[in-house]
Amino acid sequence: MNDHGLAPGREIAGRGGGTISRGGGFGWLLAIPPAGLAVAFSAALPTVMGGGAVRLAYDWVPSLGVGLSFLIDGLSLTFALLISGIGVLVALYSSAYLAGHNHYARFSVYLLLFMVAMLGLVLADNVITLFIFWELTTVASYLLIGFDHASAKARRSALQALLLTGAGGLALLAGLILLGAAAGSFDLSTILASGDAVRAHQLYLPILILVLLGAFTKSAQVPFHFWLPNAMAAPTPVSAYLHSATMVKAGIYLLARMHPVLGGTDSWIWTLTIFGAFTAVAASVLALRQTDLKLALAYTTVMALGTLTMFLGAEATVAVAAAITFLIVHSLYKAALFLIIGNIDHATGTRDVARLGGLVRAMPVTALAAAAAALSMAGFPPFLGFIGKELKYEGALAIASEPLFVASAAVVANALMVAVAGIVALRPFYGTPSTTPKPPREVPMRMWISPVLLAGLGLTFGLAPSLIADALVQPAVTAILGRPETVKLALWHGFNLPLLLSVLTFVLGLTAYAVHPWLRRHLIAASGRLPMTADQVWDRLLDGVKSLAAMQTRTLQGGRLHRYLFVVFASFALAVGTALFATGAMRVPAGWPDLLLKHWAVTALIAAGAVMAAVASTRLTAICALGVVGVGVALLFVMFGAPDLAVTQLLVEILVVVLVAMVMLRLPGFEQGSTRRIRKLDALLGIAVGAVVTATLLAVVAAPFDRSITAYFETASVPEAFGRNIVNVILVDFRALDTFGEIAVVVVAALGAYALLAGTRRGKRP
Amino acid sequence: MNSLILNAATRLLVALMLLFSVYMLLRGHNEPGGGFIGGLIAAIGFALYAMAHGTAAARRALRFDPAAISVVGLGIALLAGLSAALAGDALFTGQWWFAGAIDGEKGLPISTVLLFDIGVYLVVVGAALTIALALEDET
Repeated sequence: MNDHGLAPGREIAGRGGGTISRGGGFGWLLAIPPAGLAVAFSAALPTVMGGGAVRLAYDWVPSLGVGLSFLIDGLSLTFALLISGIGVLVALYSSAYLAGHNHYARFSVYLLLFMVAMLGLVLADNVITLFIFWELTTVASYLLIGFDHASAKARRSALQALLLTGAGGLALLAGLILLGAAAGSFDLSTILASGDAVRAHQLYLPILILVLLGAFTKSAQVPFHFWLPNAMAAPTPVSAYLHSATMVKAGIYLLARMHPVLGGTDSWIWTLTIFGAFTAVAASVLALRQTDLKLALAYTTVMALGTLTMFLGAEATVAVAAAITFLIVHSLYKAALFLIIGNIDHATGTRDVARLGGLVRAMPVTALAAAAAALSMAGFPPFLGFIGKELKYEGALAIASEPLFVASAAVVANALMVAVAGIVALRPFYGTPSTTPKPPREVPMRMWISPVLLAGLGLTFGLAPSLIADALVQPAVTAILGRPETVKLALWHGFNLPLLLSVLTFVLGLTAYAVHPWLRRHLIAASGRLPMTADQVWDRLLDGVKSLAAMQTRTLQGGRLHRYLFVVFASFALAVGTALFATGAMRVPAGWPDLLLKHWAVTALIAAGAVMAAVASTRLTAICALGVVGVGVALLFVMFGAPDLAVTQLLVEILVVVLVAMVMLRLPGFEQGSTRRIRKLDALLGIAVGAVVTATLLAVVAAPFDRSITAYFETASVPEAFGRNIVNVILVDFRALDTFGEIAVVVVAALGAYALLAGTRRGKRP
Repeated sequence: MNSLILNAATRLLVALMLLFSVYMLLRGHNEPGGGFIGGLIAAIGFALYAMAHGTAAARRALRFDPAAISVVGLGIALLAGLSAALAGDALFTGQWWFAGAIDGEKGLPISTVLLFDIGVYLVVVGAALTIALALEDET
C-alpha cells in the first residue's frame, strides 16, 4: 500500500505530541452531525415499533411527479440508525486515525456527504429521489476510495468502483422508470401497495433484471464482486464505514425495499438464492486465501452480502428475519473489526497476518475488542452473532423451494467465517510475538473506544435480544413482507436442527482454522491456474472500450475536412432519403410549374453557377461561381417576397466570398486535392444530396400549407410586439431565446476559429 | 492590397456602409432589416477597410478587439432578456415604454427588444471581424 495519504497522521501520533495536528484538536466535532441525526431518528422509534411510519414530503419537481419525500418505516429506520450510529463511531475514530492529516477537512466533507447520501437513499419515499441519492453515494464513495489520490492504486480502485456501480446505477434508473410506469406512480408508498399489478405486468422481467443489476453491482455480488476488495485502498475508517453499514448495504436495502413489489416470483427467488449462495461461498473461500487482514475482511463482507441476498430471496418470515438480524450483526462486528485492523496497522505498521503475533500484551484493549467482535462474527454464544446464525439456519430450513441448498451454502460460508474470524482476531494477538516495522503499543482512547463500543453492542444485544427484536427487526420484517409480523429473538432455541448445524459449523470452522496455512497455500496454487481473475477481465474490458474509441476516432475524425464533409452529407442523404422512401412521402409533380421567364432565368443562373463551381479549375473561379449560386437564391427570395431573407442571404454570401478569398491565399494548389476516383465519388454524393433535397422540397410543397402559425404572427406582431416586420419580431421578441442561443453559438465559433488561427500562427514561428 | 481607387473609394464607402448598417438596425422592427443584417453590413464595411488599408488600420478604426465586441454584444442581449424579470415577466419578454405618449400620439418607442437587437448587431460584427481580421493577419 502506498502510505502517502496516511503517513502524516501516523508520524505525528508516533512522535507523541509537540506537533500541531489539524484534525486532532477539534476533529471529534465531525461526530456531532451523525450523533444529532441518530438521536433524531431514535425519536421515530416509538411510532415505528407501533407498526406506524413517519412520512415527510416536499414537492420538488411536481410537474414530473418527483417529490422530495421521506418515509421512515421499520426497514428505513433500521438502516438509518445503523448509518448514523456507526457514523458517529467512525467519525470519532477518524479524528484520531487521521489526526494531523493535511486533508482532514476534505475527508470530513466527503464522509458527511456520503452519510447524507446514504441516509437520503434509505429514507427516500420516491424512486427518483432514491436514485439520485443512490448516485450521490456512488460519487461520494469515489471521492472516499480515491482519498489517497497520490496513489495510482487508489485512483484506479476509485474509478473502478465508480464505473461499475455507476453502470449499475444507470440500469437501476431504467428499471425504476419502468417500475414507475408499471405501477403508475414514482411514489414508493404507492409502488409498495401495487405489488400484484407490477408482478403481473408484462414489463416485470425487464424491471427485475435492471433493478437486480443495480443492486448486485452495488452490493458486490459475483461476478461484480471485485471492486469491493479493491476499494480497500481507502483509509481504514472509510472501509469500516463503507463496508459495514453503508455503501455495499445500499443494494441490500434496495432488495429488501423491492421485496413486496418484485419478490415472491420464481425468477426473484431463484436469481437471488443462486447468486447469493454462490457469492457467499466463493467469497468465504477467497477470504481464507488472503494474508492482508483488511483484504480478508473485505471478502467476508462480500460473503455477508451474498448471504443477505440469498435470504432476501425467500418469502418465509423467519428467513427475512434472519436477513435483518444478520444485517445488524454484521454491521456491528464488521465495523469493529475494520477499526481494530486500523489500530493494528497504526500501531505496528503492517497488516500482514504472517508478520503479526502476540500483540495482546502490548494492545490489551484492542485485543479484547477484537476477541468480542470475532466471537460475534464466528457466531459463538452468547453474542448476537450466535442468534443471527441460528436464525439463518432456521430460515434456510424454512425456505420452501430449496432448503438443503441454502442450508448447506450457509453452513459452508459460516464455517469458513469461523476460520477467518480466528485468522483476523486470534493470530495477530496470540502466539509468539514477532518483530513488526514499529514496536506495538496501545492506541489512544479515541481509537479503541469505537471498536469496544461496537463489540460491546454485539454482546449486549446477544444477551438481551428483545432490545433489537422489538425495536428494529420486527418492524423491518413487517415492512419487507408488507404484512404485520411477529419476530422473537432468543439465545436458546432448544435442541433442534439449527443447533446441530451450529455445532457442525464450529467443528468445520475450527478444523479449517487449524489447517488454514495449508488451505491457503493450495488455494493460492489453484487460483494461479485460473486463466484470469475478474479484476483482469475488467481491465481487458476497459482496454477494449478505449481501443474501440481510438479506432472509431481514427476512422471518423481523421482530421481530413473532406472526409468529415463526405460523412456528414452521406449520412444526410441516406437518412432523409430512407425516411422519404419509407414513409412514402415522395411526390412527383403533375406537370411543369407555372413560372415566369424571370424565374426560369434565375433558376438557370443558379444551375450554371453550380456546374461552374463543380468543374472550375482554379479556386477563385469556384468561389465566385458559388457566389453566383448564392446571389441567385437571394434573387429568388426577393421575387417571392422575402426581403429580409434576401438581404441576409446576399450579405452572408458576400462575407463568405470575402472570407474564403482570404483563406484561399494560404492554401496549397487546387490540383493536389483529390484523385479522380474520389472526385467521381464526390460527384455521386453531390447528385444524391441534390436529389434528396429536391424530393424533400417537392414533398413539402405538395402537402397542404398550414398557415396557422403564420396567421398567428401576422395578427399578434403589431399589437403584442409593436413591430410590422414579422421576421424581425420573431427573431428579437417571440423567439428571442432561440436567437440568444444562436448568437452565443456565433460567439463561440468565432472564438474557436480565432484560437485555431492564433495556434497555427504560433506554430509557424521559427 | 495597394490600389489607389480602392483606397480612395473605401473612405467614402465604409462610412456610408456603417451609417447604413445602423439605419438597417434601427428600422428592422418595422421594415426589412434588423441587428443581424445591420451587423453583416458593418462587418463587410470593416473587412473592406482592412483589405484597403491593412488590418492594423482596421483594428485601430474599430477601437476595440472584435472578440471583446462580440462577447459584450452577447452580454447586452442577455441583459435585455434578463431585464424582463424586473417587470415580473418571463425571460426574454420584450419591455416597452412609449416616451411622451399622449392620447392619439404614440410617442417615442423605447424597448428592450431594440437593446437585444443591438446585442445581436455587436455579436455579428465582432464575430465576423474576429475571423476576418485573424485571417487577414495571416497573409
